[in-house]
Amino acid sequence: MLAQRVIHQSLRRVTASQQAFKFASPAAIATGLAFRTQRRTATATTISESSEHTKILAQQRLNRPVSPHLGIYQWQVTWIPSIMNRITGCTLSGAFYLFGTAYLIAPYAGWHLESASMAAAFAAWPFALQFATKLFFALPFTFHSLNGLRHLAWDTASMMTNPKVNSTGWVVIGASVVSAIGLALL
Amino acid sequence: MALRLATRRLAPLTLRRGMATTIESGKDSIPAASPITTPNRSPVSESKTSTIEDPQAGTDAKIKKFQVYRWNPDEPTSKPKMQTYTLDLNKTGPMMLDALIRIKNEVDPTLTFRRSCREGICGSCAMNIDGINTLACLCRIPTDTSKESRIYPLPHTYVVKDLVPDLTHFYKQYKSIKPYLQRDTPPPDGRENRQSKADRAKLDGLYECILCACCSTSCPSYWWNSEEYLGPAVLLQSYRWIADSRDEKTEQRKDALNNSMALYRCHTILNCSRTCPKGLNPALAIAEIKKSMAFT
Repeated sequence: MLAQRVIHQSLRRVTASQQAFKFASPAAIATGLAFRTQRRTATATTISESSEHTKILAQQRLNRPVSPHLGIYQWQVTWIPSIMNRITGCTLSGAFYLFGTAYLIAPYAGWHLESASMAAAFAAWPFALQFATKLFFALPFTFHSLNGLRHLAWDTASMMTNPKVNSTGWVVIGASVVSAIGLALL
Repeated sequence: MALRLATRRLAPLTLRRGMATTIESGKDSIPAASPITTPNRSPVSESKTSTIEDPQAGTDAKIKKFQVYRWNPDEPTSKPKMQTYTLDLNKTGPMMLDALIRIKNEVDPTLTFRRSCREGICGSCAMNIDGINTLACLCRIPTDTSKESRIYPLPHTYVVKDLVPDLTHFYKQYKSIKPYLQRDTPPPDGRENRQSKADRAKLDGLYECILCACCSTSCPSYWWNSEEYLGPAVLLQSYRWIADSRDEKTEQRKDALNNSMALYRCHTILNCSRTCPKGLNPALAIAEIKKSMAFT
């Protein structure tokens, strides 16, 4: 994988700059030395710090507050589902790893996490608690899966206009809630 | 290159982020530490500050409240505050910028903001109005007088004064993508670099960007990683040169973006396209860059 990437990079460099290729050794191409001149050198604008007014400016820069951000930005169907996608993903994988670890150490700790005993314990719960537990796992699952489809579509640079992002966002929210309730009622 | 790649994968996160830095820190870099107060200071709420009334309010006045973020660098120890102004909408122009200019002219001359063209072509008056980044000159004042309007500087920027954000770093990032035509070969006819109508059409929706920074400062990813992540506005400009048929450094441009931070901190949150006051689609441009890098 790594070697493949090095070759890929080198080839891209060679095709991109024919002149440099003529005079450079293969090793220099692979390490990027032959192309040093084309590297991005973002030279910063230099502000002279000799005069008095820039001293005041530099002094003021030390104390500048950061303007408010997360707390004041309008809740939109773009970034709220985006952060929910991450939270639901962490919930699901976190629960998976927790249960997996618990299952591994269960025989040594004396816990009964076998399917049969867990199903029996779950069946003894009141319906409301069963429903709430199922919903707690079903909602992250349905939302994360359906929202993942949007992300797959966006990775192909399609469905990426404001109206489509808006409508698919609300469709995903609605469909994930409905299907999660459906799954929880099973 | 192999070593660079290997260290990039194995290095701890702090080191890795350092390597992905695209901007060289010069003498004029902003110091991170603050000797007097912490940089993240939430503003004093409007309920604890005075209200400045419209002195020219008429008899059948349509009074609307405007809550404006204020911070004065001459009082460095003071916290930012929300200042309430009331204006008679009958005597104010239709746009938010009209309201701000009226406050400055007639109510409080100390209020500071940038403005120039008042028609959405200069990008100076970019700010956060009622929770959305937009240009004050293109944003109508909501006529509902029962709800107050809240005006903040662009989110998660260093505040120079009141509504003026420090965009130095944003401009440096723009400079780092080399926003100009790069060619090694002279034009075929010796006079002009020609391009077909179809190739020219690819630049529509890209060249119109006025670099107001509304999109970049609406992006949560840019809030947390603005040192290394270039942000939607600069990436849109980067794509404008990648997509240009006359440019001959396309591969170098892509290569410069090929690290974990500069481009790939975009998590398709899509606040950028939603907020763009010019109706452009930075998210699509970033998706096109990612796609072209994935399929080369």
